Amino acid sequence: MLELVTISALNGVLYGMLLFLMASGLTLIFSMMGVLNFAHASFYMLGAFFGFQIGQLLGFWPAFVLAPVLVGGIGALIERYGLRHVHRHGPVAELLFTFGLAFVIEEVVQMIWGKGPADYRVPPSLDFSAFTVFSTNYPAYKMFELLTAIAIFAVLLAVLTRTRVGLIIQAALTHPNMVAMLGHNVPRVFMLTFGVGTGLAAIAGVIAGPALVTQSNMAGALGPILFVVVVLGGLGSLAGAFVASLLIGLVQTFAVAINLSIADVLGGIGVAPPTAGALFDLWNVTVAEIAPIIPYLLLVLILIFRPTGLMGTREH
Amino acid sequence: MTSRFKITLCATAVGMAAALPAAAEDTVKIAYIDPLSGGMASIGEVGLKTFNYLADETNAHGGIAGRKLEIVGYDNKLNAQETLVQLQKAIDAGIRFVTQGNGSAFAAAIEDFVTKFNERNPGKEVLYFNYAAVDPVLTNDKCSYWHFRWDANSDIKMAALTNYMKPQANIKKVYLINQDYSFGQAVRDEARKMLNAKRPDIEIVGDEVHPLAKVTDFSPYVAKIKASGADSVITGNWGQDFALLLKAAADAGLQVDWYTYYAGGSGGPTAIRQANLADRVFQIAEGAPNEPYPPAREFEKAFRAKTGGSLFYPRVVNEIRMFVKAAGEANSVEPIKIATKLDGMKVTVYDGGDGFMRAEDHQFFQPMYISKLGPVGTDQPFEEENTGWGWKMTGKIDTQDTILPTSCKMNRPS
Amino acid sequence: MRLAAPWIALAIAFAFLPMIFTSGSALTMLSLMGIMIVFACSYNMLLGETGMLSFGHAVYYGLGGFLAVHAMNTVIRDALPVPLFLIPLVGGFSGLLFGIIFGSVSTRRAGTAFAMISLGLGELVASSSLILRGFFGGEEGVSSNRTKLLRVFGLNFGPQIEVYYLIAAWCLLCMVAMYALRCTPLGRMCNAVRENPERAQFVGYNPRTVRFIAFSLAGLFAGVAGALAAVNFELVNSAAVGAGQSGLVLLAAYIGGIGNFIGPVIGAVLVTWLEVMLSDVTDVWQLYFGLLFVGMVMFAPTGIGGLVTMHEPLWQARAYGSMLRLALAYLVALAPALVLLAGLIMVIEMSYHLSVKGYEGAAMLLFHVPLDATSVLPWALAAVLSAGGFWLFRLTWPIVGAAWHEAFTQAHAAGQAK
Repeated sequence: MLELVTISALNGVLYGMLLFLMASGLTLIFSMMGVLNFAHASFYMLGAFFGFQIGQLLGFWPAFVLAPVLVGGIGALIERYGLRHVHRHGPVAELLFTFGLAFVIEEVVQMIWGKGPADYRVPPSLDFSAFTVFSTNYPAYKMFELLTAIAIFAVLLAVLTRTRVGLIIQAALTHPNMVAMLGHNVPRVFMLTFGVGTGLAAIAGVIAGPALVTQSNMAGALGPILFVVVVLGGLGSLAGAFVASLLIGLVQTFAVAINLSIADVLGGIGVAPPTAGALFDLWNVTVAEIAPIIPYLLLVLILIFRPTGLMGTREH
Repeated sequence: MTSRFKITLCATAVGMAAALPAAAEDTVKIAYIDPLSGGMASIGEVGLKTFNYLADETNAHGGIAGRKLEIVGYDNKLNAQETLVQLQKAIDAGIRFVTQGNGSAFAAAIEDFVTKFNERNPGKEVLYFNYAAVDPVLTNDKCSYWHFRWDANSDIKMAALTNYMKPQANIKKVYLINQDYSFGQAVRDEARKMLNAKRPDIEIVGDEVHPLAKVTDFSPYVAKIKASGADSVITGNWGQDFALLLKAAADAGLQVDWYTYYAGGSGGPTAIRQANLADRVFQIAEGAPNEPYPPAREFEKAFRAKTGGSLFYPRVVNEIRMFVKAAGEANSVEPIKIATKLDGMKVTVYDGGDGFMRAEDHQFFQPMYISKLGPVGTDQPFEEENTGWGWKMTGKIDTQDTILPTSCKMNRPS
Repeated sequence: MRLAAPWIALAIAFAFLPMIFTSGSALTMLSLMGIMIVFACSYNMLLGETGMLSFGHAVYYGLGGFLAVHAMNTVIRDALPVPLFLIPLVGGFSGLLFGIIFGSVSTRRAGTAFAMISLGLGELVASSSLILRGFFGGEEGVSSNRTKLLRVFGLNFGPQIEVYYLIAAWCLLCMVAMYALRCTPLGRMCNAVRENPERAQFVGYNPRTVRFIAFSLAGLFAGVAGALAAVNFELVNSAAVGAGQSGLVLLAAYIGGIGNFIGPVIGAVLVTWLEVMLSDVTDVWQLYFGLLFVGMVMFAPTGIGGLVTMHEPLWQARAYGSMLRLALAYLVALAPALVLLAGLIMVIEMSYHLSVKGYEGAAMLLFHVPLDATSVLPWALAAVLSAGGFWLFRLTWPIVGAAWHEAFTQAHAAGQAK
């Protein structure tokens, strides 16, 4: 039991950190530009595939550095020539543009790398067991993922609060016109932010690729959860995204481990179950079975009761 | 208002003009309806490749009842309603035979549609050849005279698997993990029933279902398997659900035996090799590449040379060969006559051995094989997906021992 | 009478279409288009009229379908005297019911938050469909038999043509209803809330109430569409409430144009046609779909309907001469555009062939012309077509611009002279 809890806790934190790597980029883009980037998970996927392809040619570590830079570059170009053009048509058009973009990126990836999984492996330098908890091995690669995510959070926070660029970004968040009048090139800042945001998603892809399956449907799998994280944490709050990622990661991982159902709980007390109908299904469903939908439940609840999210600062 | 209506009508007209079906020629066409785009497309394309190869082989040997055989692919986009739309398109194009396999949900939709269509349109019957949808209900409660299934259904496979497991004394604790839909549920229900009947001493220490194709991280499930102390796992998982499960197991260093249905599917051998599980993953199927039957080995060699992939569907070979045989015996390609000939047909199957199409429920029975993946020796020329490992035959269950009763009460045409 | 004239014309058109397009698959496609028209118009009630972007509209469509198919099964099982053509009422009722339930929660917020709630709710319902197996039927869905209901006028709705007429009748009814709603004070207030919610509040209407009512009514019509789909396919499964279905109706409405009433109709027809036919022509149909959508968002956000209505002043001023000249200018611009398109299609198809279908060898068939995808010649040709086409296309823009300007000044002058 204790083993299960420990392993689940570790796995949950890890999953949460992965989500945070992606959510951080999304939050940044949203805070800056007010655009909820539907295609964010697609950049994550691009990162994984680029990492795979460059890794084939140059090895894992060069890919770790190059892939996010390349994807970030692509993101910046898309912002410059696509998003900016659409901006004048209003927020709905922007949202729909990123929606269509997600679609197109998935198709292009399928076209280039095919529809099956890519053989993206953990690099040999990290392919060992870090430590053994009770009787389960915990791979070093997962620890690496964990450390990278924490490092990025720290760097992001430092950049945003202590560097000049970070201060300008924070200012452009709430007073873009004033910042422009002070002589800063606000569109260039936007382009930079979009590039950095998508680069962050790409880093997540590069390191998550070997651990999870690198396939053209990976964006569709992680996309909705990402939105839950960002909205739960509060649109525009980085710390909120961190908390929400950890929360969702832990909840989902632990929920899977629990095989209780209402039947078990109430049956223990002696309440007879209904024999058929919808209630029968709900009675017998276990927490483990509903684990994948718990994030959406949380999303709906938070949007009803606390629309700004757990730590959000913006009202929409 | 008027101008807009005119535009709408013109748009519709243009659209409709392009919808006119192509003229029929003197070829026999089989509509292949499976996912050809999206996440499961790699699996759909493997099937299409196999069918095309067999069509070429048939045409090289004189065709079917003197006519050419052609496979026409339709993309069902892994959607039941889209499946029906494509089926309607195929029927409108004059196609009388349809084959499908990926997803029992879509198989049920096709079977239902074909039955209703044949009822409402006598003389224009359509036959449905099911090559991989293994939900038992399709040849039991929902059976149909117009449906023929060449894949051993999941109950038959479980019976064969449990027969293999019965004498294995080292199996003491079994964990079940499956996808949460009709097929996965059928696997777990039958596994419980049959293990209970054949080896009541085996303890089922876990029975897990997870959503189909949605889980990206199986480590929590693997942690549970470990915590339960199981020595064997039975799973019907396929596609990414199988690959990810094995990946997670490899990461956690889980050392168990795996009894599977679809470990040989695209990506499976790669995952097993990455997890370094030599000779621990077993698969129940109607054949495997290293089966020591010379004609099968020759076929496999030629198949790999032409298509670059291994033959995952020996049952498709049986399907097409029996179709051709039925047409030859009936000297016609009329569906209703072909159905009469297929009813109860006996053949020598692809991997050697006897098989027959049971008239009662149109379920095909054939020898079943258990194989395991591991480093191949000199008498096993075929390896999988460039891993250096291949399927090695471990057990055979004769046709007679695979037969199960059916609850089918089909309406036969008079 | 003048008001009813277009609707009567539409009714006649619906009635006679099957006689022009007689093949079975054409009939199926017409039925699908009818269903999609109702669905897309109901979506436009949200997006176009009230400015609410929803990513989960398929929930009401799907739930309408599920309730309809369960109703059909109940009617068959208990031999109730309910004919098939009343079943869409069940769908409508279900759509209204769930629209009210979920709407009371969703419409508290507007803008991005509303979009996110709709996404979350959509995912929630879609995921629950695998848990509540009794209602949703699991992966197989719920099926029924439309011929077993009460027969009225000797119609058993087995043949597709009878189903088409049922769908066409309901489609017409819903279109009239939605158009009428648009003209009521409620419809006008929806527009007001879309434009300026604060101002609407000052005038005395609570934007939240307006949105709530619009949402519920949109749900009603989506439910009818779902029920029609249930009748057509005799099968409803969890994909009907899924994100894919929501995305499709969004695509259809947006491509058609959300600015006017007929836009979504055009979009529904076009998207249905593309969805069914394009996958036969090319394996990468989804890519073309996506590119079309992105192109529309970037260059024609008003959609096809918007593009058409841009020309309305010309039509109203009856400036036929300048219209003809404008049409000519369009044709001149169209030629290089087609060349550009051909070049791009070549690039896409050849890349796809090389990367995914490499095992089939380098030879491929494009526009019925055999090509060798590995040789330099087709690639060079594609490059020339794309670059050359684009360059020529750019050259024609001033021509179109001039013709447009001339046409509009004339129309304006003609209009003022009246």
